[in-house]
Amino acid sequence: MTRTLNATTSAAVAAEFVRARTHAGSPAMGMVLTLVIVVEEDAAAEALEAARAASHEHPARVLAVVLGSARGAAAVDAEVTVGAGWSGEMALIRLTGEVVRHPESVVLPLLLPDSPVVAWWPGAAPVDPASDPLGRLATRRITDAHAVSTSRAKALHVQCASYAPGNTDLAWTRLTPWRALLAAALDQQPLKVTGGSVTAERLSPGAELMVAWLTSRLKVDIRRHNSDGPGITEVVLDTAKGPIRIARDDGRHAVLSTPGNPDRPVALARRDVPDLLAEELRRLDEDDIYAQTARFLTRRIASRGGSTRKAAKK
Amino acid sequence: MSSGAARSSTQRTTRRNPLRDPLDRRLPRIAPPCGLVLFGVTGDLSRKKVMPAIYDLANRGLLPPGFSLTGFARRDWADEDFAQVVHDSVAEHARTPFREEVWAQLAQGFRFVPGDFADDAAFERLRATIEELDETRGTGGNHAFYLAIPPGAFGDVVGQLREHGLTGSEPGAWRRVVVEKPFGHDLASARALNATLDEVFPDGSIFRIDHYLGKETVQNILALRFANTMFEPIWNANYVDHVQITMAEDVGIGGRAGYYDGIGAARDVIQNHLLQLMSLVAMEEPTGFEAAALRIEKQKLLSSIRLPDDLAATTARGQYAAGWAGGEQVAGFLQEDGIAPKSSTETFAAITLNVDNRRWAGVPFYLRTGKRLGRRVTEVAIVFKRPPHHFFNPDATEELTQNVLVIRVQPDEGMTVRFGSKVPGTTMEIRDVTMDFAYGSTFTEASPEAYERLILDVLLGDPPLFPRHEEVELSWRILDPILDFWAGQDRKGKRPEAYDSGGWGPASADAMLARDGRVWRRP
Repeated sequence: MTRTLNATTSAAVAAEFVRARTHAGSPAMGMVLTLVIVVEEDAAAEALEAARAASHEHPARVLAVVLGSARGAAAVDAEVTVGAGWSGEMALIRLTGEVVRHPESVVLPLLLPDSPVVAWWPGAAPVDPASDPLGRLATRRITDAHAVSTSRAKALHVQCASYAPGNTDLAWTRLTPWRALLAAALDQQPLKVTGGSVTAERLSPGAELMVAWLTSRLKVDIRRHNSDGPGITEVVLDTAKGPIRIARDDGRHAVLSTPGNPDRPVALARRDVPDLLAEELRRLDEDDIYAQTARFLTRRIASRGGSTRKAAKK
Repeated sequence: MSSGAARSSTQRTTRRNPLRDPLDRRLPRIAPPCGLVLFGVTGDLSRKKVMPAIYDLANRGLLPPGFSLTGFARRDWADEDFAQVVHDSVAEHARTPFREEVWAQLAQGFRFVPGDFADDAAFERLRATIEELDETRGTGGNHAFYLAIPPGAFGDVVGQLREHGLTGSEPGAWRRVVVEKPFGHDLASARALNATLDEVFPDGSIFRIDHYLGKETVQNILALRFANTMFEPIWNANYVDHVQITMAEDVGIGGRAGYYDGIGAARDVIQNHLLQLMSLVAMEEPTGFEAAALRIEKQKLLSSIRLPDDLAATTARGQYAAGWAGGEQVAGFLQEDGIAPKSSTETFAAITLNVDNRRWAGVPFYLRTGKRLGRRVTEVAIVFKRPPHHFFNPDATEELTQNVLVIRVQPDEGMTVRFGSKVPGTTMEIRDVTMDFAYGSTFTEASPEAYERLILDVLLGDPPLFPRHEEVELSWRILDPILDFWAGQDRKGKRPEAYDSGGWGPASADAMLARDGRVWRRP
């Protein structure tokens, strides 16, 4: 059930959580983390739906913070929901006025004791999430370069450049099934990779990360080709015995070709946000491989110099 | 960072895959290209557990591309009919949502071979099918044979497999065999069964499924005990009074009369599930999570189990009587179809076991299982000793019993701690309260079902969760004297005691604990 608290405070929201839980007959909830969602008003419903789905795997206290206009008198309005399909509890908190510049003052008292704090920006993210007032409260910070409406490539470069332990981007999460298949293919045939390519729609943060990951791991040149998508459509690893190739034209069905074997079909559907979020919440420590890949990508952009860097600075 | 240093020192394989890194924990283990041959496709086990688990694994992206499933049964089916059977079972029992693209790629690998176990031509066709799969689906000569059939037929099937050259593998490829309980009905038959399998498959290629070991809660027993500091120090005879391990079912034997009559509750459940649970709860800390390390500790524990001298006073058995259970009128065991009216097969068994080691000396382990009990529940209860001294006056602690830690294996997976707390009010009154940890919905779609985990482990060749034949034999060594004792009772005309359907077992089970000054907890 949902209760609306207008012109409220963190203490009143916290009291409402306890009241609603006791009212539901179960004061203990066994929540494992606090998830802070920083979201625009018009994207809030969708983000909350994703968080609700993910809460079934990871019971959480979800705090969705909508930062409104910083003008006018400070006001905190909240909708507190316990039950109603949430495994855990949720508060949608709207801030307007001066308090918009101090959102951490609202969120800090509402963090669950001891357990990890995750911050998630389903849309536009701060340039440096780790030093953002809300990001600072969190040990895990999740951004999504793919969800940015303009200049996705730049969004990813910015996130990689400001990488701090605990950051990840959902563009990276989207790669997990591809990476798993490629790694498994090399498990089967430990061939030396001499080169390769990644083909994807023109603007694809995921493809950039894929190129960076493959290049940094395999130490060979990985080419980047454009296609009409959706997403990544092909990854090829060249070996002396022939190519290892995963091709996916429709965003759902892929074919794995390996040297000396018949082509094998693979289900490789593009995953939706609840699924990605649940994967992120499974591991709350630093993702070392993402760290390596992000740093590698940042170094490459820097060494490429000129145009890309200028674009990123604009 | 110390943990980072520890992780990076993980051993390197000889031919390192540059895309693999021990730090890259997002990447799941995917089995190598392979196929599964399922015998007994029409049985409950196949339809309710194995087929849905295979689909769920595919849905989670854990099966290798090109994975193939071949059904073998005495049915006049084409591949498409078999696909339809799998489809129906997946639609009804799978835990993950149905996705067309997953189904499409999985169904391309379905084959069906009609025939019975004595039919040489059928096994020739099976061989041709497997070769065809290696050719067209790239299964690479890796095949597991899942025997979801009565153990009486194991000998025929593995004999046929060997005769038709299906058990030998090329270098670098594997053939494995998967069997389900019962692993025999006593020590001698377990050995015979093992000899049958052993003749054809090397030891590391035989996977015995005890699906309890695939359950998250059971694996969590190891985490609970050895990843924490607060439980292990009191996990011994200094603090523990006794341990109760219960597996109760609310259903009767259903249509399984043919299997159940002559087997009974002890052979069906105690020999495998309950003794495995007990070994995980009571064993010493293993040196690692590898199969060998776990096995050593489990075997040590099983070998230190001693039966009490007086089996009449420390065991109990019963048969459910006609009556009402859960609002339904139900038949008694002896009235069930296919059960001899004079059957002495027990549907309830309770036994007392002692563990002869320093940790557990003097702490009895009470194991019980039964059908048509109050509700379906499996749990392990560690019951602690009373405090040596109370300064509260006796009235205040009248309602206080013993502290209990309950590991709820199923349903409602989780853990409960029961302890005393003051009743709010002006008088000092202490009463038992419970503190619950629930995996809750964490345990629905998101976590793999026991069979998923176990089938994946078979395909990966990862053995920690499978009991070895040594464990099976040790379990029978524990149970055989009790079964002999009960057979002796039968000869003297002392039959299993009737108990009310929908209750918690026969009076003799309560008396068995009362002799020790204890009571069963109501699970």
